[in-house]
Amino acid sequence: MYEHDVIVVGAGGAGLRAAIAAHEEGADVAIVSKLHPVRSHTGAAEGGINAALREGDSWEDHAYDTMKGSDYLADAPAAETLCKDSPKETIKLEHWGMAFSRDDDGRVSQRPFGGLSFPRTTYAGAETGHQLLHTMYEQLVKRGIKVYDEWHVTRLAVSDEENPEDRTCHGIVAYDVQTGTVEGFSARNGVILATGGLGQVYDHTTNAVANTGDGVAMAYRAGVPMEDMEFIQFHPTTLPSTGVLITEGVRGEGGILYNEDGERFMFEYGYANNLGELASRDVVARAELTEVNEGRGIEDEYVHLDMRHLGEERIIDRLENIIHLSEDFEGVNPVEAPMPVKPGQHYAMGGIETDENGETCITGLYAAGECACASVHGGNRLGGNALPELIVFGKRAGHHAAGKDMEEARITTGKVGDYETAEVESPVQLGEAGIGEDAVADGGAAADSGAAATGTDLVQQAVEDERETINHLLEKEDGIQHAEIRERVQQSMTQYVNVFREEEGLKQALRDIREARELYQDVFVGDKSRTFNTDLLQTLETRNILDIAEAITLGALARNEFRGAHWRKEYQERRDEEWLKHTLLSWNDGKPELWYKPVILEGESKTYEPKVRSY
Amino acid sequence: MSTQVPDQVEDESSAETVPAGKQKRDAKKRERAERVQEQREAEAAEKARAADDTYHLKVFRYDPEVPDKQEPRFDDFYVPYKQGMTILDALMWARDHYDSSLTFRHSCRQAICGSDALFVNGSQRLGCKTQLSDLSEPVRVEPLPHADVVKDLVVDMEHFYDQMEAVEPYFQTNSLPDGELEEQRQTRENREKVKMSTRCIWCSACMSSCNIAAGDNEYLGPAAINKAYRFAMDEREGEDMKQRRLEILEQEHGVWRCQTQFSCTEVCPKDIPLTEHIQELKREAIKNNLKFW
Ligand SMILES: Cc1cc2nc3c(=O)[nH]c(=O)nc-3n(C[C@H](O)[C@H](O)[C@H](O)COP(=O)(O)OP(=O)(O)OC[C@H]3O[C@@H](n4cnc5c(N)ncnc54)[C@H](O)[C@@H]3O)c2cc1C
Ligand code: SF4
Ligand code: FES
Repeated sequence: MYEHDVIVVGAGGAGLRAAIAAHEEGADVAIVSKLHPVRSHTGAAEGGINAALREGDSWEDHAYDTMKGSDYLADAPAAETLCKDSPKETIKLEHWGMAFSRDDDGRVSQRPFGGLSFPRTTYAGAETGHQLLHTMYEQLVKRGIKVYDEWHVTRLAVSDEENPEDRTCHGIVAYDVQTGTVEGFSARNGVILATGGLGQVYDHTTNAVANTGDGVAMAYRAGVPMEDMEFIQFHPTTLPSTGVLITEGVRGEGGILYNEDGERFMFEYGYANNLGELASRDVVARAELTEVNEGRGIEDEYVHLDMRHLGEERIIDRLENIIHLSEDFEGVNPVEAPMPVKPGQHYAMGGIETDENGETCITGLYAAGECACASVHGGNRLGGNALPELIVFGKRAGHHAAGKDMEEARITTGKVGDYETAEVESPVQLGEAGIGEDAVADGGAAADSGAAATGTDLVQQAVEDERETINHLLEKEDGIQHAEIRERVQQSMTQYVNVFREEEGLKQALRDIREARELYQDVFVGDKSRTFNTDLLQTLETRNILDIAEAITLGALARNEFRGAHWRKEYQERRDEEWLKHTLLSWNDGKPELWYKPVILEGESKTYEPKVRSY
Repeated sequence: MSTQVPDQVEDESSAETVPAGKQKRDAKKRERAERVQEQREAEAAEKARAADDTYHLKVFRYDPEVPDKQEPRFDDFYVPYKQGMTILDALMWARDHYDSSLTFRHSCRQAICGSDALFVNGSQRLGCKTQLSDLSEPVRVEPLPHADVVKDLVVDMEHFYDQMEAVEPYFQTNSLPDGELEEQRQTRENREKVKMSTRCIWCSACMSSCNIAAGDNEYLGPAAINKAYRFAMDEREGEDMKQRRLEILEQEHGVWRCQTQFSCTEVCPKDIPLTEHIQELKREAIKNNLKFW
């Protein structure tokens, strides 16, 4: 067993920032990550980081844009924290040496992005995430912070009190990918989950293969609610063949969208008469698909994004990476021809329910970054708002876990205060076919720990349970392979729980997921080796994909209104009287339980009154 | 840790304590699983047969734990070709449809995480960035040379990471502005100068292609020297720090080992002019010595 004060799970932007912050507070901190830090998906971010740095801009304006962009489903205390802390944290990156693009006067450059009332997206070419990830990793090396890389975390060690709010997280269990050893990591102060996105729930996504929502699913099974999972962002400009992202920076710099008839459809068909291509992402994604559905798409699949008129010099200066991506992955040179683009899964607005200090309802368990939902993005995230989220909330979670005194959070977590229980009319028995009841012991709240007295006992117990699970998976000689199950779920999600959603489709997706769960009970691992067994790891990940797909679909079925990225055929209006509330899903004795809590629209000095969102 | 593959594992459902209903359900589940699996394999074979175009891959296999993979060998895979298919796509297809134990690192699929550098038809390339259609058949896929193989296409990266860390790969400056909202200024020209060097994704292709690195285990290697270049040339770090960086690079296993063979520059998937950067540092080092000796 390894012991540290603070354990950070994941080494993307959020995990690295959290670890550095905990270290600043004097904690003995370690990172456990299934990928080497520089392989994390933060490296793929292109466009930039929003921060109100300039005269004429203010954090208040940034907060206003964020609340509006969220379609009034973000919590004001979280959005305001983001916008207030972002300038300082962005400049800190500069002080750490990050290679931002520069203006003539030597200051960091900023550009316009969708849904922003000021060009406040700070960037490093079209490779902002790469620069950010590497800069932060350098700081980690400088401080000598311990990293256990290529260790796959499979389970949280959480005490087993009846109410999640009374539970404590004592550590984690992880699987050493190189040797196949299962080990416990005990955390004296706290565990911070920073496991990133969950794009692998879909088959057309900008996300890395590693983005399987592990942290969200692990926290869920340990008793933390998943929040607002139905809100999935589909990015309007991904390459059709691979899902590789073409940054919003292209439209920020003046790129134009055309349909098959060469019409500039954002204006031509009135999707966004003021901002056109720079309307927020949900608006543009729907516009594109509408074009395709109405027969004005190219090859019935995509539209064109044209940046030729920007001129080669400007493209190379600000978007060089896009030339490479388009050439390497689609065979199109965007200096000479328009790029084919279509919407693809991109970002999860929802995730592990936390407050603005990164804390969950379980004592000692924190989350930050894309896996978390402090509720900054609500129904729709603005481009350039995720990177600041990593550094702002990563830092806060790190400080809090290391014992720093924090201002008391205004956001509540867990089933306390005002909440409303709910039911949803589902076509299948929810959760009944719990994942792998036979094949895999549950990864829940250390179910069998019984009289386990100390934290380390609890971790040890969780380790033993996990060893058993893994041995079982490896010993089982036949059954079904994860790739089959994963593919079914991905396809069903892409077909039915995409940009456009209908009641019948959502129900079909639930049936498909249920069937996949049943298949999963008979899952087996073909590779019997203990050395670098990716077959085993993907089998464990597939289980997370199942839980998450179910949460997204359930939330989407229950929310019968149209808000942000969540479009419903039967309900074409935002319904504020009923739906200014967050969807929460708790894992309760093998069953998902749905409930709601109100959105906080009261900010520090003003209340964000919901308005019609037009661009 | 067990290194043995169990010969025959008793199926749970055949144990006596299991109630009859469950046995039946299990049997049914198993049947269904078998059916699905068979169907799948048949489909895969059918797809390969029916495809207008299949690609023939010869993939290196090795696993220290599995008796019949302890002797390294090449496996043949025939993968149905789709327009735009990359080496990585083909490997994933082979893994998901033929042999789930086929092992390789990958994540981003867009040439930014650096995890799938491989030795393809005799040169170092990123699997995700290499179109099958650019290669002659059979496509030979091997792990990066000059590194220990962990399993199949996965190599041990420790040595590469150690070299990267040996050059103090982090920004060090004495002239930070006072205000926490005030950045250090940097000219556009200077940013341009370091730009290419900042693009390294730690894929280790360059190191693997370098003859010198293969012969001298302590040679810092192109990636680490490039990392040092990134900071040494950044005007924000100041002259005294540059001096210190040059001292690290001048040591016995530093820049002077490079024999300008350009292989690193040729294979770098991010087009970093590595050899040029190394040469420039050599020149700086000479200037530096003239000044101080
Ligand atoms: C292509 C693309 C472009 C984007 N561009 C922008 C942009 O321009 N601006 C912006 O603001 N946002 C952008 N985003 C969004 C933003 O980049 C991501 O939300 C953010 O980088 C996620 O960071 P993270 O630290 O939460 O997770 P990640 O960087 O994904 O890191 C997750 C970490 O968790 C680890 N991990 C996961 N599961 C486990 C496990 N079971 N055990 C151990 N470790 C585990 C992984 O190894 C990894 O280190 C973009 C996203 C994508 C996909
Ligand atoms: S310098 Fe190029 S080849 Fe070498 S590790 Fe970096 S990206 Fe890879
Ligand atoms: S998969 Fe990331 S570089 Fe190829």
